Amino acid sequence: MAETPILELRGIDKSFGPVQVLHDVALSAYAGQVTALVGDNGAGKSTLVKCIGGIHPIDAGSYLFEGRPVQVHSPREAAALGVEIVYQDLALCDNLDIVQNMFLGREKLRGLVLDDSTMEEMAAATLRSLSVRTVKSLRQKVSSLSGGQRQTVAIAKAVLWNSKLVVLDEPTAALGVAQTAQVLELVRRLADNGLAVVLISHNMNDVFAVSDRIAALYLGRMAAQVKATDVTHAQVVELITSGRSGDLGPQTNPHGAAA
Amino acid sequence: MTAPAPETSEKPEGPDLPAAPSPDRPAATGLDAVGRGYLEQVRAGELGALPAVAGLVVLCVFFSLLRPVFLSNLNFANLLTQSAGSIAIAMGLVFVLLLGEIDLSAGYASGVCAAVLAILLTDHGWPWYAAVAAAVLTGAAIGLLLGTLVAKVGIPSFVVTLAAFLGFQGVVLMLLKEGTNISVKDPTVLAIANDNLSPVLGWLLLAGCAAGYAALQLRRSRDRRGRGLAGTPAALLAIRIGAVVVLGGAAVYLLNQERSRNVLVGSLKGVPIVVPVIGALLLLGTFALQRTRFGLHVYAVGGSPEAARRAGINVAFIRIAAFVICSCLAAVGGIVAASRGNSVDPNTGGSNVLLLAVGSAVIGGTSLFGGRGRVVDAVLGGLVVAVIQNGMGLMGYSSGVKYAVTGSVLLVAAGVDAMSRRRTARR
Repeated sequence: MAETPILELRGIDKSFGPVQVLHDVALSAYAGQVTALVGDNGAGKSTLVKCIGGIHPIDAGSYLFEGRPVQVHSPREAAALGVEIVYQDLALCDNLDIVQNMFLGREKLRGLVLDDSTMEEMAAATLRSLSVRTVKSLRQKVSSLSGGQRQTVAIAKAVLWNSKLVVLDEPTAALGVAQTAQVLELVRRLADNGLAVVLISHNMNDVFAVSDRIAALYLGRMAAQVKATDVTHAQVVELITSGRSGDLGPQTNPHGAAA
Repeated sequence: MTAPAPETSEKPEGPDLPAAPSPDRPAATGLDAVGRGYLEQVRAGELGALPAVAGLVVLCVFFSLLRPVFLSNLNFANLLTQSAGSIAIAMGLVFVLLLGEIDLSAGYASGVCAAVLAILLTDHGWPWYAAVAAAVLTGAAIGLLLGTLVAKVGIPSFVVTLAAFLGFQGVVLMLLKEGTNISVKDPTVLAIANDNLSPVLGWLLLAGCAAGYAALQLRRSRDRRGRGLAGTPAALLAIRIGAVVVLGGAAVYLLNQERSRNVLVGSLKGVPIVVPVIGALLLLGTFALQRTRFGLHVYAVGGSPEAARRAGINVAFIRIAAFVICSCLAAVGGIVAASRGNSVDPNTGGSNVLLLAVGSAVIGGTSLFGGRGRVVDAVLGGLVVAVIQNGMGLMGYSSGVKYAVTGSVLLVAAGVDAMSRRRTARR
């Protein structure tokens, strides 16, 4: 793991008024790997994701993208770097079809007119590269899709723009068993295609099914970043619930200075 | 451009769009596949123009059986000129309804614009083009005001436009000096709703429209097939182009018949000038909504403002623009009304004009909940409303019964809208 991570965060602090949500958080995500970001409710996962996506400015710390320090102040700047975030509420328009949703806000034009054919071709190519077979027609409205298919469209939308880092916020939270398996397969394929993937999940089975590395947040601090093969299920649960597990995690009281 | 067939317009749903290829294998492109796709959509609650077209056919058959005069050439032309003003206002309302907003003031906004037109023409002697431009600009200013109050200040559109409904009623009264009637004598403005194209010009216009439509459809289909995307089956293309030619041809033929009761007094034949005016607005509006980025963003904001915002769309701009378009088209409706009435009085754009226009859009299939609708809905719904009013008038029913029936039809249309929305709701 000597290569430069696509995303490297160091010493991130973030407060909302008097409440400090993130303390000195570090996180790395590597190309071709799925990094699972786990933590209990209120641990700061969503805040961290919003900092990555440029929705919240960071108070302190450094944001390195492909080894270069960058400033990300808005979702547009994040997108320009190649960072795409798929939020839990997918932000799709039910009344538009799959192609229209994938290109929303970044439509291809031919003169004044929408270039539907080119957009459909690009969308089809993207879905093919992800081996998506579950959607019948690209001109289907999103309202007619199942939860898993919607998630697929949202993820495909994120990879359409030559993005380098895709952050998925609980992509399987509302899905059934078969659809969860499909989406996890898709997440794995994103990484196999060379993207860096950060997967937020509460579900340990999902985490162990697809991730290469696991980063556990506990009360706004990064308790540990480990290889998925080095830890057990129980150890990760311990990291989430108490911030440490054996020799993993800060060896002092997590409320005090980190070791 | 005459009574447009439902299958002639571009739209995101409905039978037009071929079953696109799945990423792995090209989908079947036969006529039966398109038909199956359409049936699936109908079953899923995407009714599109189906109820309005079916209603129009049923009503026309019903009235022509009971009152043969309903089918007369004179009545057919009357029907079109009667409905034109309300259809123009309804077309504008489609843009606002697509966002899930409403404009209750569109009727009186058309009255204000008509009053501006009449005062400039009659009292100040402006040329017709300057007065028409001033009326449309008045509409744009009204829309800008309403849209800004809704999108920037954040007052619900229902309240903003309800206040404007009352306010504009007052403005019309003030402009007309407490209720005087200003007559319009400008021949060009009067011609809009009262004169006809010469029969030859009518045929030429139809030929031009049909040829243009066929060329566009064929080019699009060839482009898609050239890229290996599922194109529209040739049979469906032929049916669509054939429908334009046959329906348009029948309408132009009927309108070109002599409909004067006494030819010695004056000949009366040809396509009324309002028909190409409405047709041009229909083409322009359909192009803007279905083919441009702006139109797509209107649908996106109507479907999910939050998704639109995250996609980087300027939601406030889209809202304001929709209100401006709505009020501009209301101004056109006001100009048509002034032309048809030969004058402007405090009732222009008042009484039930707005309600019939909203009813037209909804009966045509535009959803009150936003995100679904097309400009052609306004035309179809406007024709349904006109047929009901006209047919029941011929049958000798009182205004009271006409209103009650129109109201019931609107309620049925809104009910269909609500139920189809429930069916398409997230599964």
